[in-house]
Amino acid sequence: MYLYSEFDRTYVRNRVRMFRDQVDRRIDGSLSEEEFKPFRLMNGLYLQLHAYMLRVAIPYGTLDSRRLRQLAFIADRWDRGYGHFTTRQNIQFNWPRLKDVPDILDALADVDMHAIQTSGNCIRNVTADHFAGAAADELSDPRPVAELIRQWSTDHPEFTFLPRKFKIAVTGSPNDRAVTRAHDIGLRMVHSKEGQNGFEVIVGGGLGRTPVIGKVIREHLPEADLLPYLEAILHVYNAIGRRDNKYKARIKITVRETGIDAFRSRVEERFRIIRKEFLGADQQVIRRIRDTFAEPDYVQAPTAAFDDALRRDPAFRDFANGNVHRHKNPDYGIVSVSLKAHGRTPGDASSKQMRILADLAEAYGHDELRISHEQNVILPHVHRKDIPAVFAELSRGGLGTPNVGLASDIIACPGMDYCALATARSIPVARDIAVRLREIERDVGSLKIKISGCINACGHHHVGHIGILGLDRAGVENYQITLGGDATETAALGDRAGPGFPADELVPAIERLALTYLDIREDQDESFLETYRRTGLAPFQAALYPDAVPKGRGGHPERSNDAVS
Amino acid sequence: MATIVTDDGFIADDRANEFLDWTEAAQDPADLPYGAAVEIPNSLSGEELVPGFDRIAHLRICFPSHVDGRGFTLARHLRRLGYAGRLRASGHLLADQYVMARRCGFDEVEIDDELARRQPESVWQQSWQQQTASYQFLLQREA
Repeated sequence: MYLYSEFDRTYVRNRVRMFRDQVDRRIDGSLSEEEFKPFRLMNGLYLQLHAYMLRVAIPYGTLDSRRLRQLAFIADRWDRGYGHFTTRQNIQFNWPRLKDVPDILDALADVDMHAIQTSGNCIRNVTADHFAGAAADELSDPRPVAELIRQWSTDHPEFTFLPRKFKIAVTGSPNDRAVTRAHDIGLRMVHSKEGQNGFEVIVGGGLGRTPVIGKVIREHLPEADLLPYLEAILHVYNAIGRRDNKYKARIKITVRETGIDAFRSRVEERFRIIRKEFLGADQQVIRRIRDTFAEPDYVQAPTAAFDDALRRDPAFRDFANGNVHRHKNPDYGIVSVSLKAHGRTPGDASSKQMRILADLAEAYGHDELRISHEQNVILPHVHRKDIPAVFAELSRGGLGTPNVGLASDIIACPGMDYCALATARSIPVARDIAVRLREIERDVGSLKIKISGCINACGHHHVGHIGILGLDRAGVENYQITLGGDATETAALGDRAGPGFPADELVPAIERLALTYLDIREDQDESFLETYRRTGLAPFQAALYPDAVPKGRGGHPERSNDAVS
Repeated sequence: MATIVTDDGFIADDRANEFLDWTEAAQDPADLPYGAAVEIPNSLSGEELVPGFDRIAHLRICFPSHVDGRGFTLARHLRRLGYAGRLRASGHLLADQYVMARRCGFDEVEIDDELARRQPESVWQQSWQQQTASYQFLLQREA
C-alpha cells in the first residue's frame, strides 16, 4: 500500500499543529464559532446530536494491521471502545472531547493517517473499489489514481471553500463497486479503442435530496490529463455553482441548470489553459505511487484445505458462497468480513474486533485490509488454503456472519441515534429487518437494502434494490419504500412504491416484498432486481398495500408529491 | 481605516477610496484610465477584463464571506490570463486563509479594524511563516 514520503509526514504533522493552534484560538475567543467551523470541518470534526464526532479518512479504503490497531487504540483511549465505518470508507468516532482531538490527530499521524477533508465544502476523501488490486475482473488498480487525487486535492488553495462538498470515486473494473455514477465526479478506468489507458469521466451524480445519475462529460480522457481536467471541472463549478441555496449548491444542480453540453464546453475551454500548467511532475509522482502498490508476494501452495472444508462444513459453505469473491490469482480469495451480524449496528466494530481483524490480516492476508462503502471489512488477499482458518477465527470473534450481499447486509446511516439532521431512526430498523429476514435470506439471495434516516440519503436508499427513507410525519416516524434502485454500472434510482409505513409496520412490509419475490421469480437464477425489472412495480405494490385498490398493472405509479423533491 | 495584510505584516492602506466600481463605472475596460484601481465582484469570469490589463494597476476582489471561495478561483484565472498588476482580496478573509490567497495569486488582503484586533499581525505572520510546501507545487513543477 501507499508509503508516506517525508513530505507527506511533515505535511500531516504540520496540519495537526495548525489545528491545535486553531482549537486554542477558538477557546480563547480569537476565532468565533462561525469562523472556526470550516477549519474544524476540514479536519473531520463535526458537532453532532450528543457530542463531537471525528471522521477519520481511510483513503480509498486501504488499511494495514498497524493502522487498524491504532484505530482500536484511539477507540479505547479517547472514545467508547468502538468505531463506525461509513459509506465513504471513513471511520467515525462518536464521543471525542474537543480538547483531545489534536492528540487523536497526532496519534493518527503516528501511523501516517489523518482526518483531513473528511468534511466541509471541499474535495472529500477519495473513494475506490474495495476490491481494488485483488479483483479478478479488474482492468487496473484504481488506488494509485485515488492517491494522486488525494495529494492534488489536499489543501488545494483554490478549492477549499467550494459551494458545497465534493466527492470523487474511482473504479478500475467494468463492474462498478464504487458507485461512480452517484458521485460529483466518477472516474472509470478504461482502455480506448487504440488501447490507450484513460478514464471515462462522469460528472454531476449524487444522492441526497435530489438524486441524479451522473452524466459522461468525457468518454476517454488520456491518463496524463487527469489532474488538469479535474482542476478545470472544479474551477467551473467553484465559479458558477450556486451559493444562494445550500440544497442547490452541489455540482449535480450546476450541471442540470447549465446543461451537460454547455457545462462541458466551459470545462474544455478552461482545460486547454490549465493543461499547460502541468509540466510533468504529476506523472512522475504517480509512477512513484504505483511502485508502492506492489502486488503481494503470493504463496504457492495446494488449495485442498478449502475444498475439504467446503465438503465437510455447511457453515463454511455458506460463508464461502457469500463472503468470498474471485481473486485475480485463482489460488486466492477475497474475504469480506460482515459488520452486519443480525441484530447489531451495521458498520460498528469494537476495538477487540479491530484487533482480531488486524491479527488475521497479518497472519493470513499479506497485511492488507479494506473498508467497503457497504460498511464491511475486507481481507483482499487470502490464500484459499487459509480461508477455513480465517473463517474459524472470525466466527470466534463474532465476525463470521455469512451474509455479504444478502438481505441483512444493510447499508444504514447513523440516523436519529447519532445524527442531528436525521428525522427517523435507521439503525434499529436495520437490525429488526436483518433479524426478521434471517430465515429466508439465503433463499432470497442477492438483495441490497439501504436505509437513510432523512432525505440527505447518507444510507444511499435511492440506489438500494429496496430503499427505505425515514421521515418525520408530525412527530411520528414514517418510512417510504423505493424499489429497483441500483448502485452499479447499470445505475438506476429506485421508484417510489407508495405511501410510507409507520415504524411498526415497516418490517413486515419488507418481508412481504421478499416473499413476493420468491413467489414470482422465474427461477432461482433470477435476482430480486431482475425480477423487478421484468415485472415492474405492480406485484410488489400489491404485496405492500394488500387493501388498496389496484392502480393498474405493470406501470410505475407517479412519484408522489410529498417529501423527496 | 482598513488594514492591509502583506507578507511583511500590516501596512496602512495606500489606495483607500481610489477603487473604481466595475459594476457601476467601467464595463468597457478600454475606457479605463492608465494605472486604474478597480474593484470587481467575485462573479466575473475574468475574460471581460483582459482588454484593460495594460491599464489596470490594481484589482480588488470582494469576499462577501470567508466561506465564499469564488474569489480564489477568479484570482487564479486572472493570473492565468496574464494579469500582472496588484491583486487585493478584501472583505472577510481570515489569517488561516492568507496562504491560500497568496497561492491563488493575491498580493495582499484587506481587513477591517474589528478583525485586525481579533486577529492581530502576529497571527497573520505566523500563518505565513509556518506554511509548508504544497502538494500542488510538487505536482505542477517540471518533471
